[in-house]
Amino acid sequence: MGKIMLEVRDLKTKYITRFHEDVYSVDGVSFTIEEGKSLGVAGESGCGKSTLALSVLGYYFPPLHYRSGEIIIDGKNISGMDPDTVRRTILGTEIAYIPQAAMNALNPTMKIIRFIEDVIHVHDPKAEKAAIREQAEARFAELGLPREVLDKHAVELSGGMKQRTVIAISTILSPKVLIADEPSSALDVTSQKMVIKMMRELMEKGYIKSMMFITHELPLLYNVTDDIMVMYAGQIVEKGSAKEMVFDPTHPYSHGLMGSILVPEEGTRGTTLTAIPGTPPNLKKPPQGCRFAERCKYAKPECRYTGIPERFFGENGTRMYRCLMGVDELKEVYSHE
Amino acid sequence: MSEAKTRINKDFTNAPMCLSGRGVTRVFTAGRTRTVAVDHVDFDFHVGEFVSIVGESGSGKTTLSKMLLGLLEATEGEIQFMGKPRDISTGAKKREYWKGIQAIFQDPFSSYNVFHKIDSVLLDCINMRGGKNLPKDKKIEMMTEACSFVNLKFAELTNKYPFELSGGQMQRLMIARIFLLKPKILLADEPTSMVDACSRATILDMLLDLRDETGMTIIFITHDIGLAYYISDTVYIMEHGKFVEFGKADEVIINPQAAYTKRLISDVPKIHEEWDLSTVDLKAAE
Repeated sequence: MGKIMLEVRDLKTKYITRFHEDVYSVDGVSFTIEEGKSLGVAGESGCGKSTLALSVLGYYFPPLHYRSGEIIIDGKNISGMDPDTVRRTILGTEIAYIPQAAMNALNPTMKIIRFIEDVIHVHDPKAEKAAIREQAEARFAELGLPREVLDKHAVELSGGMKQRTVIAISTILSPKVLIADEPSSALDVTSQKMVIKMMRELMEKGYIKSMMFITHELPLLYNVTDDIMVMYAGQIVEKGSAKEMVFDPTHPYSHGLMGSILVPEEGTRGTTLTAIPGTPPNLKKPPQGCRFAERCKYAKPECRYTGIPERFFGENGTRMYRCLMGVDELKEVYSHE
Repeated sequence: MSEAKTRINKDFTNAPMCLSGRGVTRVFTAGRTRTVAVDHVDFDFHVGEFVSIVGESGSGKTTLSKMLLGLLEATEGEIQFMGKPRDISTGAKKREYWKGIQAIFQDPFSSYNVFHKIDSVLLDCINMRGGKNLPKDKKIEMMTEACSFVNLKFAELTNKYPFELSGGQMQRLMIARIFLLKPKILLADEPTSMVDACSRATILDMLLDLRDETGMTIIFITHDIGLAYYISDTVYIMEHGKFVEFGKADEVIINPQAAYTKRLISDVPKIHEEWDLSTVDLKAAE
């Protein structure tokens, strides 16, 4: 087992709306990422994927608030830290973040090199501009980005190029953990492939030590990450290796999600996609029992009021799922479909 | 499963023509630069056919769709609608044409007028179909039917504004509109790219239902070849304003001939075959 880069233990965060209502968007999430590994987070819109990313990052600006739990990055506990301190000491060196609309994050009046200077100056105010340029040029060359990009403005770059530039900027200080939130969902397939290739190179060359990748595109996760966890209504409902999760999902929700995969391969045509009916529960008042019970085809009466613990199975107990039904019982019901 | 198979593998070669074009071209000029967005394309869309137009960003898909909708004039070429040359020279003729062709766009959030309630969105459609003088009960019945077609409950939507719905619900309401309007052609421009994978399945299923129920022609524009393969009868692959390949979905995607089609297919992440990242040359790009 490799060194643990990121450990999150029973993390709970909430949003406070302007009507002073609490929304429990991340509710008891635990996971670890080892050195050199990547973890994918899947789930539908509004299930708390992006909130999880911000929470792990220590980005607790209102309306997001920290409730309890621990976030440990390479042995350093950052839970409950003031967000401004996090920004100055952790962001960039320990953990980096690529938001969903990263391409719009670039100030159009600034040249790319200025962003890199900014990032470095936060951590080392005395860094020389010439040295920064040298470092940036070397890193851009490593990642296959043309050197001229450094002296361009964001508007001069294409969408895919902008996205790759943002990734290069945010990882310039070689962070231990990179959190990528839908980095390629606004791009077409060709640019997406380039972004993914670049992220893989970052991993292989050791510029980032581990990665958390958030997307709802399951075929993409399957190809990019080592492990996948599926999130539903603020909780992790299932976790396992990418292969196990795609070909042998256990939880009824993951089972439904995997049924909506579309790939241009022989045999996909003519199959019926399984859409999960209904909508996710309101997180202002999360259901007492299983959060998926309302939409679950196999729900029993007791599912609605019994709290569901995390259950482990598989080799060395590496797979986790959250359901009252046993693994064999679930397999049995799926086989009858 | 067998039902789904029969629903997509139909033969359309002898079906009547719905929309066709010969040498359709659009050139954008700005000063001395000329950009040929759509370059002499020929197409034949049959009645009841599910057609996909696939290409990367900048391949001219959206320009073509605007010309099909009559929002943009073609620089050259002829478009035929229901076997006759299309005439949209005056406002009245254009409105008449739009009764036959309707669209669903990529961004559901900007497809609605934020000041209009959902009721009035749907009522407009009924009025447009000449149902202005129908009794109120009948109108409500029609709206309820349209909403239940897309798995929405009209009773829950009435008196709400579009922004109170989620993206997936808005896009489904868009389909409910089409269900009421029953145009001959539906042009769907990336209708699923802004909703998650789960709602995507629902929306695709509804589009297929819509086609089966009303026999309309659906023109589906997308950059995701996996989607096109799943849903369409015929696929047109577009590169730099030209169709590089077209034919039945099975033939084009399982046995692609053009290099561009092959590349598009290889760029999509798959689950049964390995996704080859070595073909990407980061340095060669741009």
